[in-house]
Amino acid sequence: MTALAALLVRDMRIAVRVGGGALIGVLFFLVVVTLVPFAIGPDLALLKRIGPAVLWLAALLANLLALDRLFAADHEDGSLDLLLMSRAPLELVVAIKGVAHWLTTGLPLVVAAPLIGLLLNLDGAAQAGLVLTLLAGTPALTFIGLIGAAISVALRRGGLLLAILVLPLTVPVLIFGVGAANAALVGPTPFGTPFTILCALTLASLVVGPFAAAAALRQEIE
Amino acid sequence: MRLSAVHLACHRGGRDVFAGVNFAVGSGEVLAITGRNGAGKSSLLRTIVGLVRVAHGSLSLEGGDPELTIAEQAHYLGHQDALKPSLSVGENLRFWAGFLGHKPADTSAALAAVGLDPLADLPAAYLSAGQRRRLSIARLLAVKRPIWLLDEPVSTLDTAAQERLAGLMRAHLADGGLILAATHGPLGIAPTRELRLDEFAAAPAPAASAELQPS
Repeated sequence: MTALAALLVRDMRIAVRVGGGALIGVLFFLVVVTLVPFAIGPDLALLKRIGPAVLWLAALLANLLALDRLFAADHEDGSLDLLLMSRAPLELVVAIKGVAHWLTTGLPLVVAAPLIGLLLNLDGAAQAGLVLTLLAGTPALTFIGLIGAAISVALRRGGLLLAILVLPLTVPVLIFGVGAANAALVGPTPFGTPFTILCALTLASLVVGPFAAAAALRQEIE
Repeated sequence: MRLSAVHLACHRGGRDVFAGVNFAVGSGEVLAITGRNGAGKSSLLRTIVGLVRVAHGSLSLEGGDPELTIAEQAHYLGHQDALKPSLSVGENLRFWAGFLGHKPADTSAALAAVGLDPLADLPAAYLSAGQRRRLSIARLLAVKRPIWLLDEPVSTLDTAAQERLAGLMRAHLADGGLILAATHGPLGIAPTRELRLDEFAAAPAPAASAELQPS
């Protein structure tokens, strides 16, 4: 356990230091969402209706930003070789890197969401629903992204391939995330139905993501 | 403890790098791996730690911990230093000590042994190539593992650091460890045996000398 704790602390430290991806993601999120009201104009009803979708899309893209460096940076400086030689199973090592990525990229989005929900004319209940769906859904974005990050690890400019590989896989998360947020906002479907499916998608990605990413890394490293 | 390979072959990027390699290294012994560029010195070391698949033949370790693989009992010092520029010297070393050693370790002795203790709080981004190499070497001291696989360990090191590394290697051998080192020049300690990889080239060697001649 010490090994995995050391890895978690190290990855989070790198993310919050100079050149790390933690702030970039949340700033990108803020900028994109802030631009929407300027583009749409002061139509409060329209903003309220598309608000959850805009926030979810921005979260999806912000999450991608730091993802391409997740394994590529370790590959370039030789750290990945040593991670692969570890006594800890590679699947767990990959999962811990995913957790560190979510804590530094996904969680700040969840925290920032209520703040900028105001810009999109979201009221209290809608805010709560939205934050809850982001909290439940962003881990799925990270853990699905692990697979793409592992596949593109040895490629120069792998970020482009990563986006093409990962974004289609995140469609179900997007559908049920926005669906649940909208249900909290306007109805008529109950909030629980899409939210439960969203949680199920996250749980499935937590299991599948690390195994698929570890298998891809073992192939790629040769 | 005895690490041995029988009829080992390596296949990378669609070509056979070497084939039929046999060697055995026991406790307190040094195997120097030599050969021209591209002979597969690094590939051999990476094969031993499982980073490259064994194409043919087998590797075995007698007298080690039967619960662990060879890679888990070996230190690999590759061309890359596995350091993060945004972390300090001390943080880099403490991470690898905790990650590879599975327990929080006191790294100050290892840092002092490579002469980097005054720089413990400096971000690794400011280290020179030789200092980065010395910090990677400190990793071998912070966590005890019996097999050292060193890829060009003395490159980028100054004379004083080379002598210090030779002393560390002697201490490791006296402690019952074994060393495999890929090298072009002298290691600073006398190797017990030498493995010339040129003799095991699977494909005809390309006429490298002819290509390098000035036109």
